[in-house]
Amino acid sequence: MKIIVLIKQVPESTEVRINPETNTLIREGVKSVVNPFDTYALEEGVLIKERLGGTVVVMTMGPPQAREALQDAIALGGDEAILLSDRAFAGADTLATSRALAAAVRRLEPYDLIICGKQAIDGDTAQVGPEVAELLDIPHVTYVRRIRELEPGRAVVERMVEGAVETVEMSLPGLITVVKDINQPRIPSLKGIMKARRTTIPVWTPADVGLPEEVLGLRGSPTTVEKIFVPQVERRGEMIEGSPEEVAEVLLSRLQSVGVL
Amino acid sequence: MAGDMSDLIRVLADLCTGCEACVGVCPTGAIQMREGTARIGDACNLCRACVSACPAEAIEVVVTGRGEVGEGQGVWVFVEHRRGQVAPVVYELLGQARRLAESLGTQVTAILAGEGVAPLAAELVARGADGVLVVEDPALGDLREEPVTTALADLVGERKPEIFLFGATALGRSLAPRLAARLGTGLTADCTGLDIDPERRVLVQTRPAFGGNLMAVVVCPRHRPQMATARPRVFRSLAPDPSRQGEVVTFPVDGSRLLGRTRLLEYAEEVIETVKLEDADIIVSGGRGLGGPEHFQLLFELARLLGGAVGASRAAVDAGWIPYYHQVGQTGKTVAPKVYIAVGISGAIQHLAGMNSADVIVAINKNPQAPIFKVANYGIVGDLFAVIPALIEGIKRRRS
Repeated sequence: MKIIVLIKQVPESTEVRINPETNTLIREGVKSVVNPFDTYALEEGVLIKERLGGTVVVMTMGPPQAREALQDAIALGGDEAILLSDRAFAGADTLATSRALAAAVRRLEPYDLIICGKQAIDGDTAQVGPEVAELLDIPHVTYVRRIRELEPGRAVVERMVEGAVETVEMSLPGLITVVKDINQPRIPSLKGIMKARRTTIPVWTPADVGLPEEVLGLRGSPTTVEKIFVPQVERRGEMIEGSPEEVAEVLLSRLQSVGVL
Repeated sequence: MAGDMSDLIRVLADLCTGCEACVGVCPTGAIQMREGTARIGDACNLCRACVSACPAEAIEVVVTGRGEVGEGQGVWVFVEHRRGQVAPVVYELLGQARRLAESLGTQVTAILAGEGVAPLAAELVARGADGVLVVEDPALGDLREEPVTTALADLVGERKPEIFLFGATALGRSLAPRLAARLGTGLTADCTGLDIDPERRVLVQTRPAFGGNLMAVVVCPRHRPQMATARPRVFRSLAPDPSRQGEVVTFPVDGSRLLGRTRLLEYAEEVIETVKLEDADIIVSGGRGLGGPEHFQLLFELARLLGGAVGASRAAVDAGWIPYYHQVGQTGKTVAPKVYIAVGISGAIQHLAGMNSADVIVAINKNPQAPIFKVANYGIVGDLFAVIPALIEGIKRRRS
């Protein structure tokens, strides 16, 4: 089986600070890690390889330092890694990101399965997986909590939806996004860390993936972020005073007036 | 890259007076003066602040073939359904779509795909749709992403909507990106705010990012339709109005084109003993102020009477008083109930991140300085062991 795992490098904590003057994120001093959900995607790929044989190729798009995320992925059992990095990729929304990743995946054909985490903890969009699948014209299943059957050309997976579990059969090549229930990621082995140091990670540019720059990065992105702000959580509240019975009565009548009870 | 945006936005050099009004308003610093004339560089995100600011009307946005701005008409809502039941988020989206359509002077259309779904159309009209487009085929029965994408892409190509909204459900968050990629347009996930900027006639989409610590305002200026998913329980559905009239049109579809490579083998509802936290209209949540695991019984009793669920702060979960799946907040669940009753919870930012979109927040805490009171609609400073039993008694009395 040839498995491709798409990962993203994200800030370790989502507790962000904002510069009130420029209204931009303060990124300094925040450590970068592999997106936690992607570690489950990687682990699932490595588990499949260990069971059925094959290779796991890990890919990300990002600034040059995203190489660290790929090295971590190799230490955790990935065989090869590819970094898409170029100024022309910068500022991409999910569609422009998906175009770059899909074009790069095409260079790796034939493959059996692409695995992504269900979403990244910074953007929280969950869009890149399905968009990559559409651009590659392969089927996809999101929120997979278990791979029940896997053979060349076919998989049966369990997918979590609201209050229920779907069992879905899909043809391969295909793409799945996985949730945390699917496995328990291992910690890197010494051997893996040594291997990560030895492995060279090629850097691909728009020319390498065969796409013109105008469909990539900021210019190729249909959406633009116009503003970011820290949400204001304050409300003008009413303080209810009195004995426990009195405050309970007042509160219940307030709740009744908004349609509760 | 050369700093050239002239295929998208340009300064008419003969009209530019060199007043630099545009330079000051540009949020991305993309405009520089060269030889007394403004030049727009490639940091431009086409927000058009400069177009509005220019007193000489010297800046124009070039509508390219890619953009086709203004071609779209109408606000569409995708109708998610299962076993003949419309997902509640659809009615919420219809309510919001009405507001958007009224600011745009256009119509709301519900997009109803499936098999044997036409009977659902009347309720969609009663809930705010001006029209319903029905697409029926056996291949659409289970709303699998691939055939539905094909059917919706055909509809969009034919009717060209301006805005297309989906619920941010498991299905919506899987289907909408597939369709957006097929159409080559933008999609904004999990919106909590949707408004129209009348001047630019664009959909202004507000969404949380970084686990709710930041809000982002996103637009899709050049591509149509503008697509968004919106979180359930953020917008209000309209009360059904059976007197509303709407046109129900069946759109013919060639079933042989509706190919899909996934197949639903089984659908199993998970056995859930109590109301799920994320689905609860009312949540009674406990924190460190409860003082021990045994006191959660009080909250369970209150929640049961209200038909709600019990949540908890991280402090209570970390103390081992209640299992993790009750945890609300940054590292727990994000909830948006109609009423959130925070009992003995101080209100750390990470907790607020998980519940501050509740419609009504009630705080009960003995410390008047607790930050939870800043976000509360109703605050009670007092002893929870007196107030909660009084609430329980009060509800029982009203019911008897």
